Amino acid sequence: MRGKLLKGKVHKLGDNINTDYIISGRYKFKTLDNVELAKHLLEDIHPNFYQKVSPGDFIVAGENFGCGSSREQAPLAIKYAGIGAVLAKSFARLFYRNAINVGLPIIISNTDRIKENDTILVDLAKGNISIPEQGINLSIEPFPPEILKIIEAGGLVEYFKKYGGWPLSL
Amino acid sequence: MNQTIAEKIISAHCDRKVKQGDIVIADVDFAIAQDGTAPLAIDVFRKMGQKKVFSMEKIAFFVDHSAPPPGKDISTLHKLMRDFVREQGIYFYDVGSGICHVVTTEEGHVRPGYLVVGADSHTCTYGALNSFATGVGSTDLAAVMASGKIWLRVPESIKIILSGKIPPGVYSKDIILYSMGKVGSWGAVYKSIEFEGEVIKSLSVESRFTIANMAVEMGAKTGLMQVDEKTRKWLKDKVKGEINPIFPDSGASYTKILKYDISHITPQIACPHSVDNTHPIENVEGTPVQQAFIGTCTNGRLEDLKIAASILKGRKVNPELRLIIAPASRKVYLDALREGIISQLIEAGATVVSPGCACCVGTHSGIPADGENVISTANRNFKGRMGNPDAFIYLASPATVAASSIEGKITDPRRYI
Ligand code: SF4
Repeated sequence: MRGKLLKGKVHKLGDNINTDYIISGRYKFKTLDNVELAKHLLEDIHPNFYQKVSPGDFIVAGENFGCGSSREQAPLAIKYAGIGAVLAKSFARLFYRNAINVGLPIIISNTDRIKENDTILVDLAKGNISIPEQGINLSIEPFPPEILKIIEAGGLVEYFKKYGGWPLSL
Repeated sequence: MNQTIAEKIISAHCDRKVKQGDIVIADVDFAIAQDGTAPLAIDVFRKMGQKKVFSMEKIAFFVDHSAPPPGKDISTLHKLMRDFVREQGIYFYDVGSGICHVVTTEEGHVRPGYLVVGADSHTCTYGALNSFATGVGSTDLAAVMASGKIWLRVPESIKIILSGKIPPGVYSKDIILYSMGKVGSWGAVYKSIEFEGEVIKSLSVESRFTIANMAVEMGAKTGLMQVDEKTRKWLKDKVKGEINPIFPDSGASYTKILKYDISHITPQIACPHSVDNTHPIENVEGTPVQQAFIGTCTNGRLEDLKIAASILKGRKVNPELRLIIAPASRKVYLDALREGIISQLIEAGATVVSPGCACCVGTHSGIPADGENVISTANRNFKGRMGNPDAFIYLASPATVAASSIEGKITDPRRYI
């Protein structure tokens, strides 16, 4: 299970990163193997991106991350590449839903001050991002505890298996 | 607390008063999936360890995206859907029934105040019936099939007020394309749009569907309208019992209120490759087209076929172009047959294909050649949308598509009405 406190290195991207950039249509339909899918993460705009990722790293982007199709392969490829969370100023709606449903934490925050290769700390429960080396602290809207539980379970499928259905209150 | 329509409908489905930004688990009144999304939803449903759907009465599957199927990969998926439907006893609309969004409304599955989810992005169409309806992923749909519930983030709302008198030759498609050009593809991301104003009131319910259908092209979660006498009349023979319309409170909070006067607009075209790349027809008139398509959940209803037939009647489709028409549902097809519309279209040289999505998404028929221009009544013109990334798609009203079919180039329909 993923801990609530995340720490990792930043891979910085721009605005409007669409689902075709995240995982090209060439692979989307070809395989149901998520590990294989992950090897092609973002390769059209950043060749060898997958090799540069260490487990727990972050993707940090601008506006409208994940726009385009509604396919769940996009957050899956990111998750299986080992990315701990995606931070962006805004997310496309279906990407946002799908990410939570597959257990990929996504965080809405002003990302202007976060730079490539920064090491950041994210506390999902408290709703806080910090870059200790630069003394930067950014606050984020924390997830409601039950949504956090879905993310921590690893997604909706695992959540349903574990708890048998939805939480009683939200 | 004064609430928007979205806040009111979601509140009624989770037994507490919600506000924008809240994340809730809400009850779902109706859920749909089509042949592009249902197979994965079935797979996830099983992976969740589920055996039985929460209700047979509240779920429908549709075979519309590749109907009839072009190859055995897809017919195998259709079979998987049929087996699941038989096992679970849910509603099923097989090949030839028509497009999910059109059939769902015709069959009375949706009513005002409902919360509807669909594993298809154009589920927002039902907003025209005052229902909070939105597209979801396959995992979402599997969870809904299992539990009857979904997690939702209560959206902020934008109001779009459309005023003025609709000029001749301008239809609801032109009005939404014009608004698209103003709002932009991402102008309403995650928002609920409430469409209002004298223009909406003056439109038929069918025309209102065209507008609500394209709310998602602005990034919106849904596109809601209020119930009036026309809505009531339209619903009368489709849904039983009293309807419960939801109106926004005065003083409800909107992130933006946009006002457009459409009195002076002309027919609109969305040029390749994005829906907000809209232009008045004057800018693109004369562009040669090789394929024309009338159909889809945006503009494949009886009213649309009627407009096309009124323009094509007694005229001929240009030999440089093929015109393909897909009635949006079996009911639309039958009504159009009875009214003589289909024979007028075929006599003009149109090819009528079976009800369903047909050429819209390039999964089974009418795929354009490299370099060809297509004029279509659909809602998306992304690169590759119709099955060929090297074709160019222009979106327009049924009148504009019909007029262009006669001349073999993009044509102002006002010359033919
Ligand atoms: S007609 Fe086109 S837009 Fe509508 S549901 Fe079918 S594929 Fe989607």
